[in-house]
Amino acid sequence: MKLLRRTAAAFLIAVFIAALFAGVLVPVPYAKQFRDSPNAMPSRIHLLGTDELGRDLFSRLLYGSRISLLLAPAASLLATIIAALVGGVAGYAGGWLERIALGGTDLAMSLPWLFLLLAARAVLPLNLSPAASLLITFALLGFFGWAASARVICAGARGLRDSDFVLQAKACGCSSRRVLLQQVLPNLRPALFAQFLISIPVFILTEANLGILGLGVSEPLPSWGGLLRGLENWSAVQANPARLAPLLLLLVVVSCFQLVLRQEDFAP
Amino acid sequence: MRNHRLALLAASFLLAALPATAQSGAELRFVLRSEPKTFDPMLVDDEASETIRYLTGGVLIRVNRKTQALEPELGVSWKVSEGGKKISFRVREGLSFSDGTPFTAEDVAFTMQKLMDPELHSPTGDSFRSSQGQVRVTAPDPRNVVIEFPSAVAGLERLFDQVAIVSSHSPKKEAAVLGPFAIAEYKPGSYVLLRRNSYYWKKDAQGRKLPYLDSIRLDVQQNRDLELLRFKRGEIQLINSLDASYFESLAKEAPAAVRDIGPSLDSEQIWFNQVPSSPIPNYKKKWFRSTSFRLAISEAINRGDLCRVVFSGHARPAVGPVSPANLFWFNKSLEPNPYDPQSALRRLQQDGFRFDGHVLNDPDGHSVEFSVVTNAGNKYREQMAAMIQQDLEQIGVRLNIVTLDFPSLIERISRTFDYELCLLGLVNVDLDPSAQMSVWLSSSSNHQWNPEQKTPATSWEAEIDRLMQAQASTNDQKQRKSYFDQVQKIVWDQQPFIYLVNKNALVAISPALANTSPVVLRPQTFWNIESLYLSNQGRGGDQ
Repeated sequence: MKLLRRTAAAFLIAVFIAALFAGVLVPVPYAKQFRDSPNAMPSRIHLLGTDELGRDLFSRLLYGSRISLLLAPAASLLATIIAALVGGVAGYAGGWLERIALGGTDLAMSLPWLFLLLAARAVLPLNLSPAASLLITFALLGFFGWAASARVICAGARGLRDSDFVLQAKACGCSSRRVLLQQVLPNLRPALFAQFLISIPVFILTEANLGILGLGVSEPLPSWGGLLRGLENWSAVQANPARLAPLLLLLVVVSCFQLVLRQEDFAP
Repeated sequence: MRNHRLALLAASFLLAALPATAQSGAELRFVLRSEPKTFDPMLVDDEASETIRYLTGGVLIRVNRKTQALEPELGVSWKVSEGGKKISFRVREGLSFSDGTPFTAEDVAFTMQKLMDPELHSPTGDSFRSSQGQVRVTAPDPRNVVIEFPSAVAGLERLFDQVAIVSSHSPKKEAAVLGPFAIAEYKPGSYVLLRRNSYYWKKDAQGRKLPYLDSIRLDVQQNRDLELLRFKRGEIQLINSLDASYFESLAKEAPAAVRDIGPSLDSEQIWFNQVPSSPIPNYKKKWFRSTSFRLAISEAINRGDLCRVVFSGHARPAVGPVSPANLFWFNKSLEPNPYDPQSALRRLQQDGFRFDGHVLNDPDGHSVEFSVVTNAGNKYREQMAAMIQQDLEQIGVRLNIVTLDFPSLIERISRTFDYELCLLGLVNVDLDPSAQMSVWLSSSSNHQWNPEQKTPATSWEAEIDRLMQAQASTNDQKQRKSYFDQVQKIVWDQQPFIYLVNKNALVAISPALANTSPVVLRPQTFWNIESLYLSNQGRGGDQ
């Protein structure tokens, strides 16, 4: 198990380094269109082949990894922090505060957030650079993606509120703030971590779906989500199975995250 | 000479023998991509209903989809007079509707009166309405009918291709038809079954009654992947329009089943926002109103690459508002704008723009950057936008791509005018230029680059207005063609729309279906439905 963890950690580090130094590693710019060789098979120049517009898939995968590996966890972190605040306080405090917070969470979950995102995109200025549209996309994902996690965390906090050690701490005269920070939150860490981890691939895939609705990372920037959209063209995938690379990389990276960052490590 | 005679004899024997290989009780199957909204031929406004009308309706004049010429159907002869205000028909004798009710000129008069009733709001009737006033229809005897319009109707005869005659006496109302098939069964959301009209009047060269097919089953199926799968399994025999990627995919598995018929009437184009009140900076408005700027952008776009890369070669660089597929109206003296970034730069530099090797700046020092909006989810448009982005980068123009959901896009291009450049397509179904009046008249709401102008903003728009009105007010086809050629030339010179490509018409036809002769006009594959038959030898053939 230890070896597996080490291998996973080494793989993640390798992916991060590759993504970070993509500019040095890739033979051609990610946006350059080799129009004479669209849908090309893997070769020395194009290690994974090219996409429909003749862009190098390996370059796009590395640059896409940089974007997705930095921004999906960032969005997930934002969503988890909001969920921890809302769910943790509601669950620990209980009473009317819990009812209001849970009501707000249910409302947020019942909102047609996809349409809210569309509305948000419709009011954004048109001349946003691809980088700005990227940041906005993931920030919106973080702001809209906290509600489900908040419910889970609230349930966890409620369980802790009535636990023996919290009662003991209260009986010893600890303040509510101290109990929350020193007793409740450390015990919520596994739940928070699980929510953080679950949200990463969800946000990557959501970004891919948003692309279809016009809210994804805009051209010519690549992202894992955008690359996964390339799998829609199944005949192209059959012709060049290397096109599955973004999907495989996503699966392996998420698995490695789970192996490296075990929940036990976060237990108090 | 003797050999030639033998060859001719053998060929005529083969032709005569073709229907003998037809399956008896054969049913043709294909897909409707949406639920038909109506079976009333006068209220047709969607493609599925149009298909049913084409297969069941009898018309006075039919546009031959192959030659694009007019052919007599229920009207044996006709005469247009009074400068396009009056049309007289002599109708065919001895015909009956599908329920056995006899057909007379009275039915034509009844159909036209009903069609032109303003209360009915018939989309087909609207195309005849050129001005206010009553339409007079008289049937002096059972074989003759005269229709008088309050003012001249441009391309009058051609409009009768859409008018399916309904019976004035049949208790079955519009269910009694004069076309080759009649509706036999309809299961909402599932299928429409059409059966052969035993009263249909047409016969083949050997005197056999048409149509050859006994029935047509039209399955309602929105999903194109499923449609393709069903075609591959042999469950359906036709796909009326394929997109390039489906075409390529099917071509690998069944090369004999796919056909690229050449450029269709549909075009893809971009246009700059020239609305004076639009919420975009004034310096950008100045660029977009400049003809040189628009021409430079047009020259910087590599249309050949768009056709080759995005459409896998199944498209042609577009010239203007009329596709070369429109045999009569296309202005053959025009050519697509050549790809020439150097010429584009020279043009811009003459206007005071400066290119430092990376960025293009206008005479006031603003870097040339704008956004293109298009509808999200359309793979081809997104790819075209990405290619145009790279093309424009070569002349220092920075293009930002924004894909929006369709309602947001429409809101921006037709209400708030908060956009800079738009990439969209135009689906043409009518060959006649009068169908494009709403696009070209500067007062129209569909005059996309600057709609609803009180007076034309430019002299060339005023000239287009004049020419479009002139072509609509005469029935002399030669004169009309001359006027519309001039419109096309002005559009080519001014580039209010920068036309990109004309997509090819791509279809799939089962080899078991015989006598097929696909064309670019709708309905591409079954326009000659009477002559189609399913071969029991598993392989049909072409006309």
